[in-house]
Amino acid sequence: MIVDIEKLSVDYAGIKALEDVSFGIAEGDFLGIIGPNGAGKSTLFRCMLGLHTQYDGTIKFFDQDIRDSKRYLSQIGFVPQKPVVDRNFPATIREIVSMSQNSNDSKKVEEALQKVWMHELADRRIGDLSVGQQQRVFIAKALVNSPKILVLDEPVTGIDVYNKDLFFQILGELNTREKISIIWSSHDLDAVERLANKVACLNKTLFFHGISEEFFSDDEMLKKYSETSMQMHMHHH
Amino acid sequence: MTFESVTYESIPHAMISGIAISLLCSAVGLFLVLRKFSLFGDALAHSAFGGVAFGLFIGIYPLWIACSVAILSALGLTKIRQKFDISSDAIVAILLSTGLGAGVILVSLTEDLDIHDIEEFLFGSAIIDTQNVITILVMAGAILAILFFTYKKLLYSTFSEEQAKASGVPVDKMGYLLIAIAGVTVVISMQLVGVLLISALFVLPNVSSMLYGRSFKQTMIISMCFAVSATVSGIFISYQFDIAQSGCIVLVAAAIFIGSLVAKGSGLVKTTGIVAKTR
Repeated sequence: MIVDIEKLSVDYAGIKALEDVSFGIAEGDFLGIIGPNGAGKSTLFRCMLGLHTQYDGTIKFFDQDIRDSKRYLSQIGFVPQKPVVDRNFPATIREIVSMSQNSNDSKKVEEALQKVWMHELADRRIGDLSVGQQQRVFIAKALVNSPKILVLDEPVTGIDVYNKDLFFQILGELNTREKISIIWSSHDLDAVERLANKVACLNKTLFFHGISEEFFSDDEMLKKYSETSMQMHMHHH
Repeated sequence: MTFESVTYESIPHAMISGIAISLLCSAVGLFLVLRKFSLFGDALAHSAFGGVAFGLFIGIYPLWIACSVAILSALGLTKIRQKFDISSDAIVAILLSTGLGAGVILVSLTEDLDIHDIEEFLFGSAIIDTQNVITILVMAGAILAILFFTYKKLLYSTFSEEQAKASGVPVDKMGYLLIAIAGVTVVISMQLVGVLLISALFVLPNVSSMLYGRSFKQTMIISMCFAVSATVSGIFISYQFDIAQSGCIVLVAAAIFIGSLVAKGSGLVKTTGIVAKTR
């Protein structure tokens, strides 16, 4: 296992955001994390990336507890939810990709941009791009240090269909060709069924973790998921 | 009150230190402007004024006391902001008013005070001695070197704190480093433009350059060119018309900004920087 999460619980001012969540990720896995809004997906990612440290349980990356060292972050590429980019931020795509780079190797920046088909726009300002294009730049930024794992937190929210399909194609290629393990949270069950080999279904607790086909062929499980999603949706409104 | 204009003899010193200070303020100021901390330089300068007054009160060379006071108070307030989630503009206001308040009290308590000393710190001085020129050059060189080696991390944490943290960038440490650097920059720049006008050198060249620059590097280089032009022209105008140097520098920087706005707004210059809003 390259990621091992044991009994993870998070409490926000007395309200449980995650409760007793345990699962692992093997090398080469493409894990789709599904769950309704407020299910704790972003909290889970924030804990995994060391952005939220007030939790119970253990999170291990490459057999090392992340509380002991932040070094594991150099092997992880993170793509956030729909990025909020200041339109007037004076930085080109090339600069955005290279600022997360550990070395000064400009070749790696070009390679990363080529992988997401953004190399021809490398000298454009980040604020001049569409949201979908910005997300592709953020994948390039995540790839520039040759990570072993990509973590993507609902990356296609608010992106047009063309860029969404392109985005999924890029993710598929990174997983199959480059052997990068992917952890990806999404509302899009069709996309998860199409791309992910493993599924984790989260709603504060983990009520399914396993092979994607098993989840999507289990009508009972799907029914349970839609009921829970609907309940959460009603609760939010 | 006596405002100082540049004399023929003081031109070389004013030029050398002015150019060094301009380069420094542009570089440090760009990070502050992008972090929406434009008035932080002003707040640091006002708290440094408290330090100057304290130095004069206890009879110790006031610039170093000013430097320590500015940095310590800024770091302390940043820590408080992180702990209690107080907004940046409120922190700036607290730092600014507390520094000035403490300064005014200490000035009123200082016996045998030469009011010229205070004016120098408030409005800048046209006469900078050799020792101070050397200090300015050494400090400017050191700070620019630190920025050169850390700019990628500083830029990343300026662009997105969360993404930078998730990539293992020590975002909090970078924030403290920037504040410390800004504190030293403010104190050495106070000699040229004074406490009251310092934020002009941090903000005006950078906002002007953001109208033109496509990349971060381009924006910084344009900003440095604007700042140096404003300083050199300001010093010459001050000498030519026998008027206050600091005001001349700031007004030239403001003229560059207004000229840039007009050029951009009228479509005379078509660059990729900030564009005028269209309804």
